[in-house]
Parts: sequence; C-alpha cells; structure tokens
Amino acid sequence: MKTEEIAVAREDTRESVTFGADRNKDFSKEPLCLSGRGVTRVFHTGKTTTVAVDHVDFDFHHGELISIVGESGSGKTTLSKMLLGLLEPTEGQIFFHGQPRDISTNAKKKEYWKGIQAIFQDPFSSYNVFHKIDSVLLDCINMRGGKSLPREKKVEMMTEACSFVNLKFAELTNKYPFELSGGQMQRLMIARIFLLKPDILLADEPTSMIDACSRATILDMLLNLRNETGMTVIFITHDIGLAYYISDSVYIMEHGKFVESGKADKVILEPQAPYTKRLISDVPKIHEPWDLSTVDLTAGN
Amino acid sequence: MKSTLRNVFHSPRFLVGFIIFSIILLTVLIYPYFIPRDPLQSLGKGFLSPGTYVSVYDANNTDPYRVELPEADAKRLEASLPASDRVTMIEFLTAKNEAKGDVDLTGIDVSDENLDALIELWRSNYDEQDVRKSKYPGFSTMAQRNGLKRLDRKINGSSAGLVMTVTRGEGEDAVTTTVNGSDYVKVSEVSNAITLPLGTDNFGRDTLTELVKATGVSLIIGLIAGTVATLLGLTVGLLAGYVGGWLDDTLMFIANLFTVIPGFVLLILIYFSIGQAARGITTCALVIGCTSWVWTARSVRSQVISLRNRDHVNLSKLSGHSLFRIITTDILPYIASYVVMAFILQVSSGILAEAQLSLLGLGPRTTELPTLGLMMNWAKLFGAYTSSNAWWAYFPVILVIALISFSLNLMNTGLDQVFNPTLRD
Amino acid sequence: MAKKILEVHQLTTKYITRQGEDVYSVDHVSLDIEEGKSLGIAGESGCGKSTLALSLMGYYFAPLHYTSGEIIVDGKNISGLDPDTVRKTVLGSEIAYIPQAAMNAMNPTRKVGKFIEDVMQAHEIKMTKKEIRDMAEERFALLGLPTEALDKHSVELSGGMRQRVVIAISTILNPKVLIADEPSSALDVTSQKMVIKMMKDMMAKGLVKSMIFITHELPLLYNVTDDIMVMYAGQIVERGSAHEMVFDPIHPYSRGLMRSILVPEEGTRDVKLTAIPGTPPNLKHPPAGCRFADRCRYATPACKVVAPPLLDIGGGRTYRCSFSVDQLREVYQNED
Repeated sequence: MKTEEIAVAREDTRESVTFGADRNKDFSKEPLCLSGRGVTRVFHTGKTTTVAVDHVDFDFHHGELISIVGESGSGKTTLSKMLLGLLEPTEGQIFFHGQPRDISTNAKKKEYWKGIQAIFQDPFSSYNVFHKIDSVLLDCINMRGGKSLPREKKVEMMTEACSFVNLKFAELTNKYPFELSGGQMQRLMIARIFLLKPDILLADEPTSMIDACSRATILDMLLNLRNETGMTVIFITHDIGLAYYISDSVYIMEHGKFVESGKADKVILEPQAPYTKRLISDVPKIHEPWDLSTVDLTAGN
Repeated sequence: MKSTLRNVFHSPRFLVGFIIFSIILLTVLIYPYFIPRDPLQSLGKGFLSPGTYVSVYDANNTDPYRVELPEADAKRLEASLPASDRVTMIEFLTAKNEAKGDVDLTGIDVSDENLDALIELWRSNYDEQDVRKSKYPGFSTMAQRNGLKRLDRKINGSSAGLVMTVTRGEGEDAVTTTVNGSDYVKVSEVSNAITLPLGTDNFGRDTLTELVKATGVSLIIGLIAGTVATLLGLTVGLLAGYVGGWLDDTLMFIANLFTVIPGFVLLILIYFSIGQAARGITTCALVIGCTSWVWTARSVRSQVISLRNRDHVNLSKLSGHSLFRIITTDILPYIASYVVMAFILQVSSGILAEAQLSLLGLGPRTTELPTLGLMMNWAKLFGAYTSSNAWWAYFPVILVIALISFSLNLMNTGLDQVFNPTLRD
Repeated sequence: MAKKILEVHQLTTKYITRQGEDVYSVDHVSLDIEEGKSLGIAGESGCGKSTLALSLMGYYFAPLHYTSGEIIVDGKNISGLDPDTVRKTVLGSEIAYIPQAAMNAMNPTRKVGKFIEDVMQAHEIKMTKKEIRDMAEERFALLGLPTEALDKHSVELSGGMRQRVVIAISTILNPKVLIADEPSSALDVTSQKMVIKMMKDMMAKGLVKSMIFITHELPLLYNVTDDIMVMYAGQIVERGSAHEMVFDPIHPYSRGLMRSILVPEEGTRDVKLTAIPGTPPNLKHPPAGCRFADRCRYATPACKVVAPPLLDIGGGRTYRCSFSVDQLREVYQNED
C-alpha cells in the first residue's frame, strides 16, 4: 500500500523544462478562447454577504498560458469554479470562443465540458479510490466518443497518453491511483487531459502539493501539452515566482478583483499596482536582497 | 477490498463480536432441527424450575436395575430430615441438657456434614419413657411428645429394610410390586421424561425452546427495522447532502421534526394507535425502522457534504456523469463502510426498541410468536421477578438481549477501528 | 571560537510502525550551532527533517523512539532523560519548538495572557499574576506585538498575528535553542515576512541564542539562516553556509534542490529548471550503498554498493558523496 514500496514506473529522463514556443510571442492576435465581462460571484451565508469575485474582466487567447496569481481568500478558487462551469456567476457573462456561454441544461454542460477540463491541487483527492487507473483513462476515451473502438485501439491510446507523461501503461494496469506517488498521480492527471484534448485546461495549483524537485517534471509536461496541442492553459497559483516562470500573461488577484494583468515580464519586473509591488517585494529572493528592515511589525495592530 | 476484509477479521473486537453473534445465529437456525417442539406449547402449569422431569408412574413401570450406591442411605436420611426436623432435634437435646446437664452439644448443628453426630447424639439421648416422665420444657404436651416419637421413627426407620409396595389397579386386577432401596431405572428407558434446561414459564412452556424462537423473531425484527432505517436514512442523507438547496432544507426540516419529538414516545403513540390486533411482527419492525432513520440521515448528509467538494467528484462532473452515477460510484463507496456500521447499530437498537415496547405491553400480538420483549413482558405479568422467584423465566432473556447488542456493538467498534485510521493505536 | 550552544552527536531515532518494523528516520545525525547562529534544514517531504526537529527536543513519544546519540544544550546532555524531566527542565526553558500548525494549537476558549501563566506554572516558576503580566507586556512590546493581544482570544487574531503570538509565548523563558518547523508555510507572504522579521529580531536581541529553521522553501531559508543543511533519507548529505549552498552546492541532491528554485526576479525565465526523478527510498529497508544512488544521474555501479561517509572539507562544509569535490565541480561545469 505504501507508495514507496511500489515503484510502478521508472521516472522520466527528461530533467529540464523546454519551452519550445517563443517566450515572447504576442497572443493578442490569436482568437479569443475564454473571456469574461463583469463576472461576479456573491455568496450568502445567513445574513452575511461575501463577494468572492467582484466584476472581473479577462481575455484568454487561444494557445496562451495564463497565470492567475492570488493569495488564499483572493477568490481565485471561486473564479476557477466559475470558469469550469461548476458555479454560475451571479452577475456578468463568460464568453466561450466569443459566444456567450450557455450551460443551462445538462446536455449543454456536457458539451461545454468537452471544451474545458481541469487538474486540481490535491492529487490524492482527485481520484476515486475505488476505480483502477485503467477505468480512469477508459472513461476519458469514452467521453471523447471512443466507446465503440476496439480494445486494442483503446489500449494503444492509453499507452500513448501514459508515455506522454513518462509512465508505463503496462505497469499501471490493474493498479489503483493511490499506489502511485503524488507526482505520478498528477502526471496521470495530465495523461487524462492528453486523452480528452480540451480547448482549455484549467490547472488549479497543480504543483503546490508536490515537492519542488518533482515540480519541474509537471511543469514540463504542461508546457509540452500546450505546445503540442495548442491548448489554452489557465494556471492558478499563489506562487508568483512559479507564475512568472511559466506563463505568458499574468493576472494578479486581490479581494476578488484583478489589480493588475499583462505580459508576465511586464507585470513581474515593472509592477504598477501597490498590491503587486508588495507581493513581489515580500517574496524571498535569491539574487535580489530581501529587505526585512522595511517590515513594520506593528502594522495592522 | 480484500485487504480491508482481512483487516476487519484481524480486529480482535470485531472477531469476538462476530463469534458471539454467529453462535447466537447458528443456535437459532439449528435448534429447531434437533428439538422440533412448538415453542408456545404448554407443557404444564406454572413455573417449573430447570431440571429433568421423570414420570413417576412410568418409572415404576420400568424394569429396575440393581445399583448399590455407597452413600445411598445417608443421602436418603439427609433428604428425609429437612432443616426443620434437625432444628427440632437440637431443641430437644438442648432442653434435655438444660434439665439434666448430661448432653454434650459441641459441634452440633443443622449442616449435612454434622448430621451423623447429631443422629448419634439423638439415639443415645432419646428415650420415649424418659421424655414422658421428665416433661422437658417445650416438649411437655402429648402432641409435642408424639412429634418427637414420629421423628425418632423416621430416623431409625430409614435405615431399616427399605421396601415399598406399589399397587396398580383396583380390586381383583390390582397388581402389587415391591420396590427395593437399591432399585434403579434408567431415565432414557422411562417412557416419559423431559429435561427442561431453563424450566418453564408461567404457561408451562419450555423456556429454552421459546427463547430460541424469540431470539430468531427479535433478530428478524431488528433486521427489518435496521434495513428500513438505514435505507431511509441513506436516501434522505444522500439527496439532502448532494443535491442541497430547497431539497436539503425540506428533508432536514422533516429530520429535525423527528429529532425534537422523543423517538420512544413517538413509538409508543404509534404502537398504541395501531392497536394490538394489527400489530404483527413486520408492522412492529417497520414502525421502529421508520422512527429511527433520522440520525443515519443526518450523519450521511454531513459526510456527503464533505465529499461533494472533493476534487474527484468535481472531475466526475466535468466528465459529464449523471447525478445518479456520481452518487452511486463517487459518493456511495466512500460512505459504504460507515453505512455498514450504522446498519449494525440500527439492528441492535431495533432489537432493544422492540424489547422495551413489548415490556411495556405494546409489543406484537401475542398469539403466534414469542419475542424477547414479550417473554420479558410475560415474566413480569406473572410475577417471575417477584413472587415466584422464577429467575429462569427472565434472566436468560436479559442475557440474550445483552449478548446480541454487545456483540453487534463490538463488531461496530471493531469496524470503526479498521475504517477510521485515527482510532487505530 | 564562539561558544557552541547545541551539539548533537550521532543522534539516531526511529519510528516503530504498527507492524513492529523499525524505521530509522534520523540516522546518525551530528550537528552543532554556535551562539548567535542559525541553521536551516532543507529537503523534500519525507527526508526526515521534521523528525529531526522532534528528535532534537529530547522528548519522545510513540511511535517515535530514541535509539542512540547525544544532544548537548549549552554543555548539558539532555538525551536519555525521562520525559517528565525533559518537559519540566528542557522544553521551553532550554529548547523551544514551534510546529507548522502552532497557531492553531491554542485553546480557543482562553485568553492569550492565560497561556503565559500556564508556561510559568508548568515550569514551577513562582511569580504573581501581576509580575507575569508585566513581563508579558514588556516582551510583547519588545517584539512589536500589541499588548492588547494578551486580553484577546486566539480566534480574534489574524493568522500571522496568532503565529507571532505563539512564538512569543514559546520563547518567554528565553530558550537557548529555538526550533521552528515550517513556521510560516501556512501564511501569506506578508505575514511570513513579519514572522521572519520577529524571529530575526529575537536572535539579534539575544532572546534566543540559536535557531534551527526547517522549511522546504529554499529562497526563504537562504534569506533566514546562516548555514543550510540538506537532509536526504534520514541522513545529512551536505552542510555549508547559506550562500555556498545555494550558489555552489556540491552534492548532486543539493544541486537538484537548488535548481528547482523559482523566484520572481529578473532571469528566472532563463533558469534551466531541473527535476530529480524518482522518489526517496523506503527507510524500512534503506539501500545498502549511497541512499541517493537510485535517483542520481552521476551514480556508478559502485555507488549502489558502497555507502559514502560524511566528508569534512573545512570551512564548516561537509558532504556525503563518493566523488571528490573537484570531480563533481568539473561534471557540473561541463553540464552548463
């Protein structure tokens, strides 16, 4: 049962992240994939009203890798649920491929979810522990309309998806997801996306539960996925350094609002909003000094 | 799954509970094949204490064997001299000692061990003539003296030649046989003899047979009540927890109503209004089940709410699975172990609820089948607890009820230990 | 040479699993800290860094058990003492320990000031309530905490404030060693900075004489501690000054860790991010040779057989590898 005891698949040999695509590509010329105008979500609990997401506008272009950066409580999780269609905005409109999104019926939801998929933060709670790995992957093939394919073809597709994330399908059959390590489970999630091939992938802190030294592998695979399929990737994170490293555009979120957005280089190296400035200055750095002398311990007292 | 099952049977608590319960269940299933007696058949009148009952008539009709038991006479003497006689003997000896001062009463009492010494002392001191002359205090009247005379004859007579004549029939057909002190019959050769390990109840019904049947019926009641309660609670909990919204509010409103009204009072009222004639076993069980689903529903609901927000449920939604499929494949397996545990407790509390209600006289109608609660009720009605002191009519019932709920609870805690890692040591 | 506040010699502790197997999660660890210095411990999850923190307190409870070795705090050996003595005479007064979830450990029904009275009572220090109150107020003021916090319940304070209050309470007896295990990981970056600032202030003001800081966030460690020690599979694999460790790691594992650092500053996008493949070994059956050999890209067949010793190369630097420093540096240079 222990993950260490079952070294299922020999891990990858790829060790460094390869960008492939031009890092400074201008995505604003690309068609819009997902956008929103005045998207708002209000929660009512008893008599208190919480505005989790407050009139946000966004434009995610085709093939772009966007990071939404925010600290806990900034509303990024609520926003991600709205983007996924698990929650409806209380106000505002989300546009999918330029058309207003309509997910009012189950059939329409099903159709929408063919276009957008997700990877969540905690690999250990992302799997139904009663389902084997095969059935997780088979389910994806069935969802893409491959139900009637012959068994050999399905196995071939699953093997391809697993080898994309450097896992060996032959060693995974008849295993349960919890027999894998956290990193392997998260890679299996990417294999799932590889099979589903949605237009948009929403990755909600996919590396925050993973050790830093396995992180590079996951990031590498996400980038590969984007480069090979032209998928739009929305990366949600609290780690501004990570966001800067992988994304084309960055949206900084505070208290349910986007306080700053733009090309990664511009937002991180020349921040304009006070919140962004503070956020960047408060993160410990390596080459630049981390100035503790400016910290006012009595602030907020 | 296999390893979970193995873990379950490695839990000592579960194992002990399981063994106790299995023994009870096996007894219920197998007993009727060995003793196919109608559990409600009356065998006699009133409480008979546990033991083997042999027909005297048939014993006399059975060919005797000659058996010489070494202590036979002493035992007979012991049996024929009850404590009251021994007390009279000691009183006489004391009176004589006070008058004449020549009786050594040391080491004399009513116990069986000192009976020999007492008889010896009696023989050396009792003299009919002397008693008539001396008029010892307490033994001065004729009647008292005759009493002593009878006692003396009893003591001496039992050791004399033990012969008894038995006459069967009347007039010319009369047959007289002689029964010797050393004549024995074999119990199995006597045409009519019965062993009643737990005696009989007030109606003269064999308590053990009745108890086994009652245990079976009570288990069925518990099973039906537990199943109904668990299914109801599970359905309500799943719907309220997963669907949420107005459905949750409505269902929880109903559940709250059930919570505020004390369950037992509700049960009594329902039972009373149904009326005894309509109260069959199934009806009783259904009513118990329908009033005890609330807490299963509440805890299933809270578990479902925490599961609902797990990522695998979200992913299942994103995969376009239907509500029914999500509930059955992504939620239900996670709470299955919990539901099994709740079911076990519901069975246990169903059995207890039946016992409580029946004890109060609100149980199933009494003509067809016994239940554990009914047995207690009968024992109570006919004074087994008090006047008759017939412990066998109620104590085994209490023990069985205790054992059933003990074993079920033990299984439950054992399962809890296996399924809930925080309880593991 | 400065006085050594904490000396640990060949400390070994183990977990006993439910199946009765021994897992040596701290395996012959030796370290020392001089007065006024701080040591950071890094490593991925499961490498034994948190167990080391627990083991250093000298206070063991199942399933963690003491096996061998010495812990000397300011000349006093505390290893092998019975738990009650350790609790009364070592914890809080000699060594203070702050776990990650410390801020959630406060009983929500009691006021903050009450906890300080508890600390005094537990250590059988005779002080009146007034004296305790004065002392607490003075300490809170010194650390930049509002004295009003003493009259509040922990739930009324924000997460960062709560964590700082807990640290202030834990160090009220001026312990010689402060062990902080991920004290700021659950906080937002601004609160994290305040917690770190306060801890550094405590060191500067001499309230604590030395500090052990454990975290998986290497940029933070680099900015907080003087030295960094990297642990892997229960053993020390390398130790050196923070700057050396980040910019010139010797051990392949340390190098892998340092190359996974991502910070929001210029040049980050050009970093060649590397991953260490595989997972740490199962310590129930540790490998015979180098424990890192299975995941090491430079490992030779000999590495899997011969366990390398911890080598001291002077200047406070030690590393555990069969290759020489020069060999490793050359390999690294050729790679870049």
